Amino acid sequence: MSSPLLGVEEEVQSNVSSPSVDCGLGLKERNYLGLSDCSSVDSSGVSSLPDNNKNNLNLKATELRLGLPGSQSPKRETELCLLNLGKLDEKPLLPLLPSKDGICSSSQKNVVTGNKRGFSDTMDGFSEVKGYVYTQKSWMLREAGSDSESPQSVGHGKYPGNSGVNVILSVRSLGAQASVKKEEPANVLQKQPRATNGTNLKQTDIANNKSGAPASRAQVVGWPPVRSFRAKTLASSSKNNDEVDGEPGPAALFVKVSMDGAPYLRKVDLSTYSTYRELSSALEKMFSCFTLGQCGSHGAAGKEILSQSKLKDLLHVSEYVLTYKDKDGDWMLVGDVTWE
Amino acid sequence: MFWGSRKTINMNYFPDEVLEHVFDFIRSHKDRNSVSLVCKSWYKIEKYSRQKVFLGNCYSIGPERLIARFPGLKSLTLKGKPHFADFNLVPDDWGGFLYPWIKAMAKSRIGLEELKLKRMVVSDKSLELLSKSFPNFKSLVLVSCEGFTTDGLAAIASNCRFLKELDLQENEVEDHRGHWLSCFPESCTSLASLNFACLKGEINLASLERLVARSPNLKSLRLNRAVPFDTLQRLLIRAPQLVDLGTGSYVHDPSSEAYNKFKAAIQSCKSIRSLSGFLEVAPCCMSAIYPICENLTFLNLSYAAGLQSNELTKLIQHCKRLQRLWILDCIGDKGLGVVASTCNELQELRVFPSDPFDAGNAAVTEEGLVLVSEGCPKLNSLLYFCQQMTNAALITVAKNCTNFIRFRLCILNPIKPDPVTNQPLDEGFGAIVRSCKGLKRLSLSGLLTDQVFYYIGMYAKKLEMLSVAFAGESDKGMLYVLNGCKKLRKLEIRDCPFGDAALLEGMGKYETMRSLWMSTCEVTLGACKMLAKKMPNLNVEIINETEQTDSNLDDSQKVDKMYLYRTLVGHREDAPEFVWLL
Repeated sequence: MSSPLLGVEEEVQSNVSSPSVDCGLGLKERNYLGLSDCSSVDSSGVSSLPDNNKNNLNLKATELRLGLPGSQSPKRETELCLLNLGKLDEKPLLPLLPSKDGICSSSQKNVVTGNKRGFSDTMDGFSEVKGYVYTQKSWMLREAGSDSESPQSVGHGKYPGNSGVNVILSVRSLGAQASVKKEEPANVLQKQPRATNGTNLKQTDIANNKSGAPASRAQVVGWPPVRSFRAKTLASSSKNNDEVDGEPGPAALFVKVSMDGAPYLRKVDLSTYSTYRELSSALEKMFSCFTLGQCGSHGAAGKEILSQSKLKDLLHVSEYVLTYKDKDGDWMLVGDVTWE
Repeated sequence: MFWGSRKTINMNYFPDEVLEHVFDFIRSHKDRNSVSLVCKSWYKIEKYSRQKVFLGNCYSIGPERLIARFPGLKSLTLKGKPHFADFNLVPDDWGGFLYPWIKAMAKSRIGLEELKLKRMVVSDKSLELLSKSFPNFKSLVLVSCEGFTTDGLAAIASNCRFLKELDLQENEVEDHRGHWLSCFPESCTSLASLNFACLKGEINLASLERLVARSPNLKSLRLNRAVPFDTLQRLLIRAPQLVDLGTGSYVHDPSSEAYNKFKAAIQSCKSIRSLSGFLEVAPCCMSAIYPICENLTFLNLSYAAGLQSNELTKLIQHCKRLQRLWILDCIGDKGLGVVASTCNELQELRVFPSDPFDAGNAAVTEEGLVLVSEGCPKLNSLLYFCQQMTNAALITVAKNCTNFIRFRLCILNPIKPDPVTNQPLDEGFGAIVRSCKGLKRLSLSGLLTDQVFYYIGMYAKKLEMLSVAFAGESDKGMLYVLNGCKKLRKLEIRDCPFGDAALLEGMGKYETMRSLWMSTCEVTLGACKMLAKKMPNLNVEIINETEQTDSNLDDSQKVDKMYLYRTLVGHREDAPEFVWLL
């Protein structure tokens, strides 16, 4: 019933089977993010971490740490930590293992943990916190564990500025990937025009571009009271607009595309797409003018040779296939290899 | 009658048809409800002639009873999840399922024509059943719903032969990228309103163009991001009669032929009064819109993250007749000053946070609000997300605008005091409630003590809905409100130090209200149980998201989330495991 995105969230949370492991929420996510550390990334609904003890044991290895980029923060007062941001600097695009298909399929009861009266705990340290960050669901780093064992909540303000930001990065990326997963074996958390949780990407920019961090923020569930639909949409559309305004991604990969019978070639930036389907539909649009005989965006006047519906049928019937020449000089069919 | 003068006309001497005709003029739900209470015959006549029913809480009554009560039902509005579900405070499977309603209505002989849903879980199965069960079905409006895919929309498109309105607002729709739009048969020419802006996937553009071409009554068209600029231009040529337009992708090269065509097309759309969309926007193309701005009464740029403050103000300067403006806070205080000086007819303003994470330089402050209050005396509805607020500003706003019906202020830092005086914002909100006698809806934020609730209880006599977060000091706060606000219908509280004493003392009031939500307060399980026991017409639900079962908890334990509402049908049967019905 719920969207893939929500399905993922449920999935993630359902793996935490006990309230004593609130950080299990984060742990589940960490497993995906800390791919280099943890080979036990599971794609099924049942956690590869059979019990909570194992979760705790894995803490060290795959902890989410809150820290400045590049720093192995010694102050790990909370068990909830973010992946070392240094890693993020090197690899802003977090690879996603292909075996993510299972995530979306088994949606279980949404056991939301860590969503207790975190704020009353954070109230103590409130004065130290300079601001608030809105977060989806209850993916917050407020507490590690249940009420009784909550060591430090974010409100204690001991985290350097970027921390909150980057936590969201890790958390969101999961959702974003999963939603794309439904459509296509997208393996790279690249700029995804269709990602519904694009806030992570924005934060990546902050992490990468600004070493000075915004004020440290506590995270409170459901605050500010913005509809989740709106938050997601704005996040992804602001990301799109960055592209539109001419800021290319960190690595613009332009390739030449030629169509049989077309008078000239086009160039596309592969880094703006994250799935084959996006690329192929973008190319469809781009080359539609040739089949139609009129070019909307290209300024060339023309007559309509074929109606648009016929064009769609043509392209869908794959009268045209996408091929590329690889480094060996062989013509290969597009789509065989994973997007990366 | 024995005692009345012979000259008094007794309405019961009129045949039923006459009374029915008279009742036809009574549209408001409240009034019709009152009419049905007058006497038995009026009850009966009203019952059979009632066509529109509004259920603010789908669990207050069951579908079978509704159908029995109003067999002539044609138009139904249902709301499901509590309001805080919008902000992820309610787990997904909590409830609010549409299917049982459709099933029951399909089985009976209800001739459903309109369905409007908010925060309900709508499955494809229910949409399919809906599309096949009601031959005269005309209008489907879904707001903030979830659980369906484009397959469900395909069923609606295929089977509802007389569909006039398909309006999808901010729903979570799983997009299967099937050609749902192509499912509208060629014979379907009745569309007046089509809004699919919330869909994320591609649609068949050719089908869309043909659909618009054969819909002469189309007045409202809101596209999604996947509809490119070229198509938008062609659609405008086919539908110059549009009154409400939501753009899809608004990105184009301003020097191109298509852009010129667009400029020509939009100028012929002289009826457009409402404009929205711009999820993807190239700022340089905005000038094409200027010619229609002077006629706009509603402008929604709240998703246009690609527009900066100067572009926004340039656009708004052309919108002199604006009555409703939804915008992002990147407009800034200065931009709001431009709004204040240009849009003197403004009645509703909503300023959304463009980046809730980082309320830095882009945010608005109390200054912007004061400017708007000075320039727009007709302002009656406000939703304002801001960096900070002062008592002085609120007092000024209260003086300038006394017509507020809805006043929702959200300071991004939820317990921030007045930055100038370091005082709580009690006095500011107090001024608002004192001055705006018609206030129906209020949302508070900032540092607040019990005093603000004292003011609310004292002055907000027409208040119907109150949203409170991180406010108050003791039970007294809540009690002021429960005792003072006679018209209160919905109260939602989170993270406040209100506990059992307040909850229980307000017992008698809850049956006069639609619902009460309390989360992360000081309310214990024992008190909830007691309340449930004493008030059989209330459903008291505890949402428990830990794995603790009933036996583990003792009555002194605080509940994390409690939602109670009045109902005629007792416990609901579709509650998931984590919801305890006391």
